[in-house]
Amino acid sequence: MSAPEHSHFSSRNFPEAAKELLADSQLRKNVRHATDVIQAKRNRVVAELPDWEALRDAGSGIRAHALAHLDHYLAEFEQNCTRAGGQVHWARDAAEANRIILGLIQRHEAKEVIKIKTMTSEEIGLNGNLEAHGIRAHETDLAELIVQLGHDKPSHFVVPALHKNRQQVRAIFQREMHLPELGDKPEDLCAAARTYLREKYLRIKVAVSGANFLVAENGAVCIVESEGNGRMCLTLPDVLISLVGIEKVIPRFRDLEVLLQTLPRSATGERMNPYNSIWTGVHAGDGPKEFHVVLLDNGRSPILAEAEARQTLKCIRCAACLNVCPVYHQTGGHAYESVYAGPIGAILTPQLHSMEEGRSLPYASSLCGACYEVCPVKINIPEVLIHLRGKVVEQDQKTLGGKLGFWNIGMQAAAFVFESANRLSMAQHLGQMGQKVVVSKNGFIERLPLMLSGWTQTRDLKALPAQSFRDWWAQRESSGSRPTNTAKEGRRGE
Amino acid sequence: MRISLFITCYNDTLFPETGKAVVRVLERMGHTVEFRREQTCCGQMHWNTGYLKEAVPIIRHFVAVYGDAETIVAPSSSCVSMMRDHYLKAAEMAGDAKLAADVEALLPRIYEFTELLVKKLGVEDVGATFPHKVTLHTSCHSQRSLHLGDIPVRLLKQVRGLELLPIENPQECCGFGGTFSIKNADVSSAMLAEKVRTVLNTGAEVCTAVDNSCLMHIYGSLHRQRTFVRTAHIAEILASTGGQG
Repeated sequence: MSAPEHSHFSSRNFPEAAKELLADSQLRKNVRHATDVIQAKRNRVVAELPDWEALRDAGSGIRAHALAHLDHYLAEFEQNCTRAGGQVHWARDAAEANRIILGLIQRHEAKEVIKIKTMTSEEIGLNGNLEAHGIRAHETDLAELIVQLGHDKPSHFVVPALHKNRQQVRAIFQREMHLPELGDKPEDLCAAARTYLREKYLRIKVAVSGANFLVAENGAVCIVESEGNGRMCLTLPDVLISLVGIEKVIPRFRDLEVLLQTLPRSATGERMNPYNSIWTGVHAGDGPKEFHVVLLDNGRSPILAEAEARQTLKCIRCAACLNVCPVYHQTGGHAYESVYAGPIGAILTPQLHSMEEGRSLPYASSLCGACYEVCPVKINIPEVLIHLRGKVVEQDQKTLGGKLGFWNIGMQAAAFVFESANRLSMAQHLGQMGQKVVVSKNGFIERLPLMLSGWTQTRDLKALPAQSFRDWWAQRESSGSRPTNTAKEGRRGE
Repeated sequence: MRISLFITCYNDTLFPETGKAVVRVLERMGHTVEFRREQTCCGQMHWNTGYLKEAVPIIRHFVAVYGDAETIVAPSSSCVSMMRDHYLKAAEMAGDAKLAADVEALLPRIYEFTELLVKKLGVEDVGATFPHKVTLHTSCHSQRSLHLGDIPVRLLKQVRGLELLPIENPQECCGFGGTFSIKNADVSSAMLAEKVRTVLNTGAEVCTAVDNSCLMHIYGSLHRQRTFVRTAHIAEILASTGGQG
């Protein structure tokens, strides 16, 4: 049996999913509270750095360079990782990655694995696939544990259980860990998770992780985290399998100097992560005896090929764009129907998956630009969103339904009007007359038909004034009225 | 100075008072304002909605109309940011080197209205009187694309009788986003609800901005909720002389 290609992807579009989530006021409150807290911390520690903008430029440069020479750096990484005793595997897609990882686990006859938070494994639906083969995966990241025990999905790729509050977490732990007396203080919840997890670290022999960075020049793998649970997964088991997207490679060890400043500050508002694990291959008597890196493509190389969209892959997964996004604030991550939520998800998901499935995501943004402003590697997300919208429209226009659809007809008509001032003027006059059917007695439009009805659900619309600016100007010209003070300016006219 | 007004299709059709106010302010300062009748739209709606091909002729039309203008002013930060952020890209996409060169020559002569006053003309006090409590909605494009910073605030602070009230989360989008407000009406409405709550919390009588697009959105909710808070483009406040014109 092969794994589903994209475990978290359903056919529901963003507006529909968002509508459902908007009705959950507790979730919205949790999301807003958590993102506000992280965002405030982030702003504080970013403001401390006088060279923040230079660090963003440097980070952007490092990532762009790595992507421009990805083939070279991946080969260099493979060579150096192998030399240090690691084993490198290449996975074209989710199914291949699942097969490789399953094979490695089965070779060790393991029935259970422990996992450090890895969104890449969520991307390929690893847990479900392992489960189908009788292997139980235990999440050890506290937030991922909450998500797993709650039979839920991550809503944020740095803080996956951000949509849950403490009382909700307690209820999950009480039920799943059989602890009816558990309190909801942070210490209570942490102690419960610790007891639950410690036994697993000591017993289970195979661990699966993701990675934040791969270093080409020495074959090192880098993971940063806050809890130390990851460190235990990386050091205690006999076998470690790291699943990593091919875009995560950086050329040199010293590049971490930049990225390990910008990533923690952007992600959790910390100056440095409490745990920074960087390891190279295997070492006798120290850490895992066997180390595998599975390099995952799964739709990444076609993104590389496209100049307009390539910058998407610069992402270092800090999620600062989620925390600052006014759309994400309202809906949380589940509306994006993908492991990658928020603004970066809105550009990454439709590119990783087929545009056909993710076609509503490029429109899940008001293009306010807050994401671009905070991005530590300067991904111009609004620009990529518009590029992807262009592709959606192009696809649409290839079908008869799309050609005759509301948006295409409307936009073609508007484009025709905007090509000439006479047409615009005529359209204005037609609008002024035609609007009578929708304008209420109070002079406002309170209800619009069909596709436009969304506007008037919550908003009145000002009716067109009786005279456009251009008509006023024409009248002013013909009546020769001039404010007196322009006379001394001398000659006017075209 | 001779200043060419790009009114924008939106203001031309929906907010002529804003255009009149721009004319009044600039003429009061002794400048000559011209209005080129052939003008239509900057192409923003098409471009931002993904109708990239369709935006190109509109952009070409704009560049042709204003090619020889000395100084161009538009009372909309989002239209100016459309030009600065996307015109070159559109010309490149169309493979039109001539258009790209024309755009490059034209861009430095285009100003958003408050930017023109403060940066180009060096004026903060335009002689306005507006005895009301006002709060400023900092529109997304004005801060993140044009980087206007405190320019609108500096202008408002010089207005006689005006009390400027601070607003919570000024950096946050009102949820308009052009066609976003229709394609994602529910999310847009939820964003607007937060913005309107912060506007009402200020106690202001008037909410102003450098963009009528945001203001139309915000007022849509203020009016639906039967509040007495009004919206007014900053040009209308700066044109006001306390009832005498």
